[in-house]
Amino acid sequence: MKHAQPHASVDASEVAKFAALADSWWDTNGPYRPLHRLNPVRLAFIRDRLCALLERDARSLKPLKGLRIADIGCGGGLLTEPLARMGAEVTGIDAAEENVAAAAAHAEETEVTISYRATTAEALVAEGASFDAVISMEVVEHVADRDAFLADCVALTRPGGGLFLATLNRTVKSYAMAIVGAEYVLRWLPRGTHDWKRFVRPSELASALRNAGADVKALAGVGYNPMTDTWGLEKGVDVNYMAFAVSRED
Amino acid sequence: MIQADVLIVGGGMAGQTLAAALGGAGLAVVLVDRERPAETRALAYDGRTSAVAFGAMRALDGIGLWSRLSDGAEPILEIRVSDRDSPLFLHYDHAALGNDPLGFIVENTAIRRALGDHLAALPTVQMIAPASVAQLERGRGRATATLDDGRTITALLAVAADGRNSPMRRAAGINVAEWSYPQTGLVCTIAHEKPHRGVAHERFLPAGPLAVLPMRGDRSSIVWTERADLAPAMLDLDDAAFAREIENRFGPHLGAMTLEGARWSYPLAFTLADRYVMPRLALLGDAARAIHPIAGQGFNLGLRDVAVLAEVVVDAARLGLDPGDMSVLERYERWRRFDGLALAATTDLLNRLFSTAFPPVQMMRDLGLAMVNEIPQLKRFFMRDAMGTAGDLPRLVRGEAL
Repeated sequence: MKHAQPHASVDASEVAKFAALADSWWDTNGPYRPLHRLNPVRLAFIRDRLCALLERDARSLKPLKGLRIADIGCGGGLLTEPLARMGAEVTGIDAAEENVAAAAAHAEETEVTISYRATTAEALVAEGASFDAVISMEVVEHVADRDAFLADCVALTRPGGGLFLATLNRTVKSYAMAIVGAEYVLRWLPRGTHDWKRFVRPSELASALRNAGADVKALAGVGYNPMTDTWGLEKGVDVNYMAFAVSRED
Repeated sequence: MIQADVLIVGGGMAGQTLAAALGGAGLAVVLVDRERPAETRALAYDGRTSAVAFGAMRALDGIGLWSRLSDGAEPILEIRVSDRDSPLFLHYDHAALGNDPLGFIVENTAIRRALGDHLAALPTVQMIAPASVAQLERGRGRATATLDDGRTITALLAVAADGRNSPMRRAAGINVAEWSYPQTGLVCTIAHEKPHRGVAHERFLPAGPLAVLPMRGDRSSIVWTERADLAPAMLDLDDAAFAREIENRFGPHLGAMTLEGARWSYPLAFTLADRYVMPRLALLGDAARAIHPIAGQGFNLGLRDVAVLAEVVVDAARLGLDPGDMSVLERYERWRRFDGLALAATTDLLNRLFSTAFPPVQMMRDLGLAMVNEIPQLKRFFMRDAMGTAGDLPRLVRGEAL
């Protein structure tokens, strides 16, 4: 596989951190256990919003049948594969080649058809690619030029299509929970996974998207219940949250 | 190689009901049973009845089965629990909670026939019978079963619904806690002179409980728990003498009794698996836990297993997730284990408590029954529990669509 060229929105040291973890992506009790637990909540949010937007039946077994979806920063494909199983034609991209290789190997094993590429959002924009939905979970807090990255995401979403972003809010609570709690106390994530200063306030996200031509339609907090060891949607968006935006048609 | 989403091993009532729930949601299901389907539909195969709690009825309705069963189901309007000749007894009247009956008594043969007809009409459910699984290999991405005739079936999840002695559970190396009771369950149907008025009786006798459950017409289903050493002599009696033994134990409320059809006997035992799931494998119904039939909850527990497993599997499939993955199966286990454990322990305790002639214990339990009877909140709780509408309920039991 050819090495992807470095791009403005990619920070090389950030990419290397995740590449080191690529092989363990699919171990449900491995370092990505929190992501595996979080996945059903994210998938349900994406499926339900997208089905409402595009008037589809969320209760069918192939609710996303035929939709073209891009998963930007797909990692090991934890979200990419379920989207494909829901019937979507998914392109999974990641700037780290090891991630893409791990994801493609897993998709072959589970017999799911996905187009995986080691590339960047801006390279896809340059190709003139367009999708019914664009998904980028926990990427925006890792990129070098946030507004440029968000503009690329909007450019990849067809007018009327849906854009889903997940990130961490920049609050005192998110510092306590995502940095001190998740990295140091619970050891859910390797130390240094996140840089709090790059966390994104919902207002910053919304204004960057609005400037790029997409309107935020919904924000949803994502919280952990230690009693049941499960994640769920919640009203508060002061730590983990997801945003759903729709690309303007005019 | 036959491909499926879910492979169910064991075509008893729990296994078939799960097949109906999953097949109804569009999942590809293969059901393997060792019995010839025509045999399991015959009355001689299983003469028992099942108490279907109100919540279980809603689940059956949500799966689309209740319309095939409602005509033959007798509603339970009252439950009377009594202790021999003691004047103190526990009385549950459905009117205390509204208009819904507490549950229904349905003949197992009717349930098996309804399931067979329903499954035959589901396009994504394939029945393979008679056949048995020689080997199950639980791989990283799929489970693959080899049948004794050499055919292979591969699925994302294998479900062991193969009963109390579950060969699938044993092969997977899952341990069970089990003990048997020195008691035998004698089962038959009686016709009686006077109407039952929808009252289910549970009468505690020194040898064990005698349940008299209302069936359609002036008939009742008898579940008579007798000392194991006395049971063979009872089974040797002719029909008239057998019916008289029941009359003697039950009392005169229903008038003269006559035996209808055959008698069955079952040794009573308690089995509880120490885990319900492993990667790509889930235990269902009696394979997970088989309890003393004292509270009439065996089928209800199996149906709750079905409702919960169907919900977690269908929820996962609709999100494109792998239903055989532990992250999905653990949700089933967490949800079901407490219920199974609590009920197994309660029914065991009830049986021990009521199968004694030791006077202080008798007095305490009579006071206990009377206390429950006199405290409305406590009584409503027990009634809701008996109706299967207490606790954290799966969608089907709440009466919602899967």
